[in-house]
Amino acid sequence: MDLYEYQAKDLFAAHGVPVLPGRTVETADDAAAAAAEIGGAVVVKAQVKTGGRGKAGGVKLAETADEAKDKAGAILGMDIKGHTVHRVLVTQASDIAEEYYFSFLLDRSNRTFLAMCSAEGGMEIEQLAVERPDALARIPVDAIAGVDKAKAAEIVAAGKIPAAVADQAADVIVKLWETFVAEDATLVEVNPLVRDPQDKVVALDGKVTLDENAGFRHPDHAALVDERTENPLEAKAKAKNLNYVKLDEGQVGIIGNGAGLVMSTLDVVAYAGEKHGGVKPANFLDIGGGASAQVMADGLDVILGDPDVKSVFVNVFGGITACDAVATGIVEALKILGDSATKPLVVRLDGNNVLEGRKILDDANHPLVTQVDTMDNAADKAAELAAAGA
Amino acid sequence: MSIFLNEHSKIIVQGITGGEGTKHSTKMLAAGTNIVGGVNARKAGTSVGIGGKDLTVFGTVEEAMKETGADVSVVFVPPKFAKDAVIEAIDSGIGLAVVITEGIPVHDSAYFWAHACAKGNATRIIGPNCPGIISPGKSNAGIIPADIAGPGRIGLVSKSGTLTYQMMYELREIGFSTAIGIGGDPVIGTTHIDALEAFQADPETEAIVMIGEIGGDAEERAADFIKANVTKPVVGYVAGFTAPEGKTMGHAGAIVSGSAGTAQAKKEALEAAGVKVGKTPSETAALMRELLAG
Repeated sequence: MDLYEYQAKDLFAAHGVPVLPGRTVETADDAAAAAAEIGGAVVVKAQVKTGGRGKAGGVKLAETADEAKDKAGAILGMDIKGHTVHRVLVTQASDIAEEYYFSFLLDRSNRTFLAMCSAEGGMEIEQLAVERPDALARIPVDAIAGVDKAKAAEIVAAGKIPAAVADQAADVIVKLWETFVAEDATLVEVNPLVRDPQDKVVALDGKVTLDENAGFRHPDHAALVDERTENPLEAKAKAKNLNYVKLDEGQVGIIGNGAGLVMSTLDVVAYAGEKHGGVKPANFLDIGGGASAQVMADGLDVILGDPDVKSVFVNVFGGITACDAVATGIVEALKILGDSATKPLVVRLDGNNVLEGRKILDDANHPLVTQVDTMDNAADKAAELAAAGA
Repeated sequence: MSIFLNEHSKIIVQGITGGEGTKHSTKMLAAGTNIVGGVNARKAGTSVGIGGKDLTVFGTVEEAMKETGADVSVVFVPPKFAKDAVIEAIDSGIGLAVVITEGIPVHDSAYFWAHACAKGNATRIIGPNCPGIISPGKSNAGIIPADIAGPGRIGLVSKSGTLTYQMMYELREIGFSTAIGIGGDPVIGTTHIDALEAFQADPETEAIVMIGEIGGDAEERAADFIKANVTKPVVGYVAGFTAPEGKTMGHAGAIVSGSAGTAQAKKEALEAAGVKVGKTPSETAALMRELLAG
């Protein structure tokens, strides 16, 4: 789960990382009040989960509370790379002497963690990595040893952070490591980490990604989910504990078991769609191992509620999941949904208890359900039906 | 032969008394796997009757190994306790730990991986979040259904469980020396490269199917490895061409960010290494059949 800047900075502050005082607001009037409370010049920053906010006009300096109101009014509602701005962070303006870059992240290739540090912060890190690779230090961090002051000093030196603030920067890095571990983050990034004219080091921005698998030890993280900006279908699926992702411009609803097989199903449907007017998969939905009737009903309910969907492809290879349970799930789901189920379903079952599963569907003889034996042919049928219904 | 597992493997199940542990121990036993006991500290000294066999529950992996000569552990322990369970397996020096558990925090996986490295990698870890490993007709450590395909000459390595099943099903008439699901998490023990290296060395394996999916650069690295070290024919499949950028699809690992890690990049890397890559699982299977026929 990616966090907003203000959420990231709240976590930073809780772990002793220096940040500037600020308040998050949703109206221009509240922005004026926040600016007055903070006093002096403020920066009004769009809170969206994407980079390049500054270039898009989503970050503005305001000298007075009135000006903060105007700037917030202009930024709220703005669209930045497809993200609507619902709130702004009003934060104390900082004089900047120098900008650095710092992050901790998961290094999948080396199966460990990585610290990245550079005295040349401020710009997009991808750009820095390409244009000036030598300026970006990459230091592996052992998951057990972690980052103490000595390790932080090594990172700071490798990143060529000036000596005058090296000690302070190392302290900040130790606290960022504490944040990274204590919050179960897979990314903690500060860009820029600034040195102000008084040589104080402050995290001016913050990006944090949290590991949702660790939710069981962080009940407080649930409050960080922003339901408003979620796709309504995704929010509905999440409420039912379904692993669902809505895709743009698709007409074939997809239900399958296992992430790999479902991704493969999306691809196979997209290929089949090329022969049927370019129809595409409308979603990813992995019903996982235990496909009970209720899970199938919940999944079908979400997918049939998607106005883009014209046909549904249920693709199951019964490994742990038994095909008869899936078939029963489909039949029961169609009963539960009744008249609200109106789109054709193409079902392909293989694997564990396949004959029993196919028989259950044959016996039910539901007018919306077509069974097809192979994944490729079933994808073709689903694409054909979607094209016909579009 | 087979890789990592054979007919002599003696298996213990960590978490044997839990629902998943009991269910899959039953299936493993039915497939002829030699399960010699289980581990659960809170139920030490008891025994469980599974599939007509009375299995002793030991308090620790170390004790289980001492009493039974076990050399493989299959871990079904829930995410909350998985880190400690894997560390215990490593500390006991067991040769292979197959971690089936899904949903382990990545900090925990990174920690036990670092611990395994610190112990000289004496314990091979497969997973986490994987279906395990099967050498049909010999042994089955994990949850791969034993009846999909029998023994044969193909070696299969895949991140995804259900794609492993699908591909075994597609090629069931040829059969498999070993099929291994390495798991889709961002931090895993055994990699594509480890499996490729072992298949290359295994005289019973004639050809290899490698299944990848979006995220990370494991497939690209595997492609480099194949080019330099693998002389046996390899066919590949990559899932996730239609996955949008920046969205996680089920596996924590299956996320595309930026250009690296895309299905297209992986396909190109594999093809550049001389691997034939199918567009769909069935096309991939057809490529394998052609290869073995030709």
